[in-house]
Amino acid sequence: MSRYRSVRVSRPRMSFLVERRTIGILALLALLCAVLMVVSTGVGSLYLSPLEVIRSIAGKGAAAHEVIVNKLRLPRIVIAVLVGASLAVAGAILQGLVRNPLASPDVTGITEGASLGAVLFLFLLGDSVSVSWMPISAIAGAFAVTGLLYVLSWRGGVSPLRLVLIGTGLSAAFKSVSYMLIISGPLILSVKSLTFMTGSIYGVSWEKDVYALLPWVAVLLPLAWLQARHVNIQALGDEVAGSAGAQVQRGRLVLLLLSVALAGAAIAIGGAISFIGLMAPHMARRLVGSSFGGLLPASALIGGILLLAADLAARTAFPPLDIPAGVFTAAIGAPFFLYMLYRHRNS
Amino acid sequence: MRVAGIILFMALLAFAVLCSIAFGTADIPLDHVIDSFTRYSGTQEDLIIRTARVPRALIAAAVGASLAVAGALMQVITRNPIASPSTFGVNAGAAFFAVLGAGLLGLESMQAQTGMALAGAAVSGLIVFVLGSVGKDGMTPVKITLAGASMAAFFASVTQGYMLSSGKMFDQVLVWLVGSVAGRELDSLTAVLPYMGAGMLLALLLSRHLGVLSMGDDIASSLGQNTAWMKGAAALSVILLAGASVAAAGPVAFVGIIVPHIVRRIAGSDYRWIIPYCAVIGALLLVTADLGSRYIAMPKEVPVGVMTAVIGVPFFVYIARSGRVSR
Repeated sequence: MSRYRSVRVSRPRMSFLVERRTIGILALLALLCAVLMVVSTGVGSLYLSPLEVIRSIAGKGAAAHEVIVNKLRLPRIVIAVLVGASLAVAGAILQGLVRNPLASPDVTGITEGASLGAVLFLFLLGDSVSVSWMPISAIAGAFAVTGLLYVLSWRGGVSPLRLVLIGTGLSAAFKSVSYMLIISGPLILSVKSLTFMTGSIYGVSWEKDVYALLPWVAVLLPLAWLQARHVNIQALGDEVAGSAGAQVQRGRLVLLLLSVALAGAAIAIGGAISFIGLMAPHMARRLVGSSFGGLLPASALIGGILLLAADLAARTAFPPLDIPAGVFTAAIGAPFFLYMLYRHRNS
Repeated sequence: MRVAGIILFMALLAFAVLCSIAFGTADIPLDHVIDSFTRYSGTQEDLIIRTARVPRALIAAAVGASLAVAGALMQVITRNPIASPSTFGVNAGAAFFAVLGAGLLGLESMQAQTGMALAGAAVSGLIVFVLGSVGKDGMTPVKITLAGASMAAFFASVTQGYMLSSGKMFDQVLVWLVGSVAGRELDSLTAVLPYMGAGMLLALLLSRHLGVLSMGDDIASSLGQNTAWMKGAAALSVILLAGASVAAAGPVAFVGIIVPHIVRRIAGSDYRWIIPYCAVIGALLLVTADLGSRYIAMPKEVPVGVMTAVIGVPFFVYIARSGRVSR
């Protein structure tokens, strides 16, 4: 029996190696995520035991508890998992693409593009158009900045270094344009926009948020998984990938688009939550190695767990304040990033 | 040639400052401007000039000069053409500390705020510098750029989070996220001027040695230079200049990238000229950008930090594409 199991499907065409150990780890992560979801649902101004939570979800709890659990708390929990998972996968793809473990949607400008899209929407169309269109605007922003980034870094191909450098520049510029709108606008819109730019999943609902994000995640995550072999080969570098028969530039574009769509959709709902796209793939890589077939689901699960935990901290740390979850992801994320930088100092 | 050039740019700067005093939501004829200094009579125009326009123009000039010189120094120490106080998180760190000082510790005075900003600049600058250069391949452009971008993102994020959770300071503090020279009083300049002056002086003293340092550690030390001391002194100058700028005007983006690149075109590669040129052209850039920012969305004003961020993008793109950044 080999350590690895290869997965090959001819239609749709995909293939990857999975370490047997990985399957166990994935199951463990899924379990951890589920437990955290239940526990986190129970924690709040009214504490409910995990058993009571499960009973309420199944429709067999006290009527009052059912309202609290199903109407108020559960959407937020589900959104945390979906947003966290999408950001994590977007980051994982990006890191494979740029071949640098420190890349993430935050530093390449994708996050800021989506933020600017959302802020523009709030300021220009906020009065006339239903707010349920805001995600479209955020996703459009993410794609616009990526398109710009791609065109500007193209010079007989897109090099990862140019992608990062130009990304940081665009990121800063987009951010300051958002700030400008915030400064010039009325206070209520400013608070709303700034909350969005920090990232918060406060007050989400089934109809407005969960059902809006779910289709994106349900389509894009499997699609990303189908691309696993392309990510694996991109990670080898242009020359090796090219001589192995990969269409390097085309693959890079497809992967970039996938990553942007995932990040854009997640940011549209959860705001510009930072550092998850950076942290989750790293932790996943420690656990399951860097083959993308196992890395992707592991990143998704860890991303969900991270945002769940951050949001739990954000709403319980300083009651009655409900601090944006993005503050907590940044507070964990920055030290983590510094540690990563130190660890990878020789690579 | 270079002497003539710098005199020309100084004349341009003087002209820009004069325009900055004269033009805005209320245009004031130039002879009134001169009158207000020679024969101060307390009219509304005189008040605008004395309390709003003059401080603003002077702060813009001082901040522009400081940030440009800080950028030039950083580009030498990191040997990375994309280095600047804003890209490497120094400005964001200074702004966060200033906000925190005002909010948590109740430090309202300009002196205390300057101290906090300097401390923030030092902390974030040190983190980025150390982490960007650990490892056996030393400081690589990607490593330090990512470290800087992440620290900038981190500090901006916690600043925002702090502002959101303490709603009371929302109005005043928003400016700490994007630099602006509007509505500042002369006090905020006098409080930071000693630090700026010290940083500038240090930069000028160092300028003789920067050319050697820019050739790399190996060459510089084989020529007898104590590179560690040199870099430390340059870093101190950067912290003084950037921290003081942030205390006066908030984190103004990209001046430190734009100006040194223009200057290298004009003044060549001799740092004894690059540093003074950077100071003059940096001041000119920020005064002009500030003047322009009054006209984009009349009668509202665009913070000058937004202007420089947008102007900076083409430079970013140009540098990244020109292949001067290599691994």
